[in-house]
Amino acid sequence: MSRSHSSSSAAALPLPAALQGDIAVWIFLLAELLAFGVFFLAYAFARARNPALFDAAQAGLDRQSGLINTLLLVSSSALVAHAVAVVRRGGGNAARQGAAALLGAIACGLGFIVVKGSEYAAHFAAGMELSSSTFSMFYLCLTGFHFFHVVLGLAVLAVLWRQTVAGVYRPGDLNGLESGAAYWHMVDLVWLVLFPLVYLMH
Amino acid sequence: MQTRDSIHSPLTVWLTLVVATGITFFAGEFEGSGPAGRWLVIGVLALALFKGSLVALHFMELRHAPAVWKWSVLGWLWMVVLGIAGAYLKGTA
Repeated sequence: MSRSHSSSSAAALPLPAALQGDIAVWIFLLAELLAFGVFFLAYAFARARNPALFDAAQAGLDRQSGLINTLLLVSSSALVAHAVAVVRRGGGNAARQGAAALLGAIACGLGFIVVKGSEYAAHFAAGMELSSSTFSMFYLCLTGFHFFHVVLGLAVLAVLWRQTVAGVYRPGDLNGLESGAAYWHMVDLVWLVLFPLVYLMH
Repeated sequence: MQTRDSIHSPLTVWLTLVVATGITFFAGEFEGSGPAGRWLVIGVLALALFKGSLVALHFMELRHAPAVWKWSVLGWLWMVVLGIAGAYLKGTA
C-alpha cells in the first residue's frame, strides 16, 4: 500500500509504515536508553547537590572537542540514514552508493574515537582518575559507557558495510541494515543529551 | 509526499542538526548566572529535545512507526530532559 506509490518516481522513497528493523533490537535499544537515562539523571542530581564542584571541573573540559564530536556523530548518523534510503530505493547503484555512505559514516565514527581518545589522554596526563572527584567519576563512567557504544556501533557499521557491498540488502529486504542503523542512531541520540549536559550546562 | 520523504531528507535533517548544534555550543559559551543562567539552561535543553526528536523521528524513522514505539523513545527523551531541567533549576534556585 504505502510502499507502492514510490515505484513510479526515482525521487520518492517507499514510505516505511511500521517499525524499521528487528523488534528484538528495538527492545534492546529501549533498555540501553533507560540505562543512559538513569545515568543522566544521576549526574544531574549529583551536580545539584554540589554545583560549584561540578562547574569548576566542567570548566576544564575541551568544549571544542565536544562540539566536533557532536558534528561527527550527527553527520555519521545522517550518512547511515542516507545509506538506508538509497538501499531501500534500489536501482543499479544502490549497493555502491549505500556502501559509500556507510564508509563515510564509519570515517566520522573513527573521527569521534580519535577526538575522544585524545581528550582522555589529556585527562589522564593531567592526573584525572575515577576517584579524583564526584565529577570525574561521573564524567569518566558516562562518557566511557558511551565511548564503548561508539566502538560497538563501529563494529556493527563495518558488518553493514560488508553486507551492503555484497548486495545482501535489497528493497523490501533490509531488516539487518535498518536494525544496525537504529542502533547507531541511538548512540547519536544519547550523545545529543550527553554533550550539553556534561560539557555545556552549568 | 515527495518533499517530505525524498532522498534528500537526511541532508535537510543533518543541516538542521548542525545549525542547532552550533546554537547549543554558543549558548553554552555565554551561560550566565541567576535568571539569565536559568533561561540558558532551559534553552540548551529545549535544543537537545529538538535535536533528539529529529534523530528519533527522521533518522530512526519513528515518525511512521506504531505510536507505542514512537512514544517510548520520545517519552524517554522528554523524561530525561525534564528530569535534568528539574535538577538544574533546583541547583540554581
